Amino acid sequence: MFDEFSDITGDAIYTVSQLNQEIKMLLETTIPTIWLEGEISNLKFHSSGHVYFSLKDKDSQIPAVMWRSRKANLVFTPQDGMKVLALGRVAVFHKRGYYQFDVMKLRPAGVGELQMAFEQLKKKLSSEGLFDQTHKKMIPRFPRRIGIVTSPTGAAIRDLYQVLNRRFPGVEIVLYPVKVQGEGAAEEIAQGIDLFNEYGKVDVLIVGRGGGSLEDLWAFNEEAVARAIFRSRIPVISAVGHEIDFTISDFVADLRAPTPSAAAELAVPDREELLNRIHHLRQRMQQTSLRRLQFERDRLSRLVGSYSFRRAPDLLREHKLRLDDLLNSMERGMVHRISMLKNRMLSLEQRLQTLSPMHVLKRGYAICQKSNGGKIVRKSEEISPGEAVKLLFHRGGAAAVIEAIQEKNSLEKISQESK
Amino acid sequence: MAEKTFEEAMEKLEKIVSELETGDLSLDETVRKFEEGMKLADFCSEKLNQVEQKLKKLVKSENGLEEQVF
Repeated sequence: MFDEFSDITGDAIYTVSQLNQEIKMLLETTIPTIWLEGEISNLKFHSSGHVYFSLKDKDSQIPAVMWRSRKANLVFTPQDGMKVLALGRVAVFHKRGYYQFDVMKLRPAGVGELQMAFEQLKKKLSSEGLFDQTHKKMIPRFPRRIGIVTSPTGAAIRDLYQVLNRRFPGVEIVLYPVKVQGEGAAEEIAQGIDLFNEYGKVDVLIVGRGGGSLEDLWAFNEEAVARAIFRSRIPVISAVGHEIDFTISDFVADLRAPTPSAAAELAVPDREELLNRIHHLRQRMQQTSLRRLQFERDRLSRLVGSYSFRRAPDLLREHKLRLDDLLNSMERGMVHRISMLKNRMLSLEQRLQTLSPMHVLKRGYAICQKSNGGKIVRKSEEISPGEAVKLLFHRGGAAAVIEAIQEKNSLEKISQESK
Repeated sequence: MAEKTFEEAMEKLEKIVSELETGDLSLDETVRKFEEGMKLADFCSEKLNQVEQKLKKLVKSENGLEEQVF
């Protein structure tokens, strides 16, 4: 009955602690620090700050932990079902006879961790509405002062200064110098944006840096910068890296410029172009106003050329001269011209009145009209003795009968005798 | 108009030119707008010709935020 244990020597009695100690030694010394590939499951973010999860493959799993102190280096957020590479070692929890994988570094498998972080933050901010068009502010057409948040020594400030200066000499540039990469860069950039908002006195902000690797541009993919841009009441133009680089800042900004130089072009208009435009507007104003003057002038000459005027040629000539004068001065100073014109028109009207038949009658002349038909009599041949006529005076009239005809009247006689 | 901005002046100028061109104005109005437009054009050109490049930096001091020569 005891046979099967007969070859076991009796002096090998272990305590539980001893055994677990031995297991711990064995596991922790023989298995080196390794990269372990697996899928995350049962993920728990503990209130203590530690992260607990399992790493599994098709057939097996192992509990894993990432302590709070190491979690600080995580740029992306682990999720259940995510394939990861974990750098770590096996650790035995002696007290409970339990082993787990102690994770020092965690990376997404297949895709870069920065890429993963980028996608995650993009998704998060997008769902919060930070990229919505409705939040985009208008970039002023003619900013007087431009705030810039970038490195004081980088290519970006040099390019910005050059292009701004070329396009719009005279625009004021205020720089808030920051570190654009490395530890603390994102915070400095965010602070720069906030300080400009506190300070005011700039019409638009350009935030960015020159080209670099994904790591170099990373600050512009951080939440702190994105939030600061979103908070900004001053419109923000993002100008990060090269044409092909898209950062989170680009999505939040009111306007994305592909490069710092392009940001400068978007921020200010071209001065030469503007001067040309003003010149052009001036010409259009002059042309259209001159056309209008010509039109009014033509209207006047039509008036001047009318029948009433032709009856008094010298009067007409005088007025034509005056009108010409008037029209010339119209072109020199328009405002004056108008009141003068009005006065002249008034006086013309008065003169016209003096030509009216009533005026002539007032001076003692009378009109002789045939009773039969009402034709006005201008020559003595037109009537014969015994014919009835009407006489019109300045006031009233009379009916008369022709007594005799005279070939010439007394005024004609006088003028003939004097020849 | 106190301290009119370039932007406002430019917009007004553009508006006046288009008003003049539609030709619905009385002659008096035309003359008035023409004069105003010319003044605006002068103002805008003058603004553009004020060439004084300034590059400063924003610094945080005990007195709060201020600009210094860069």
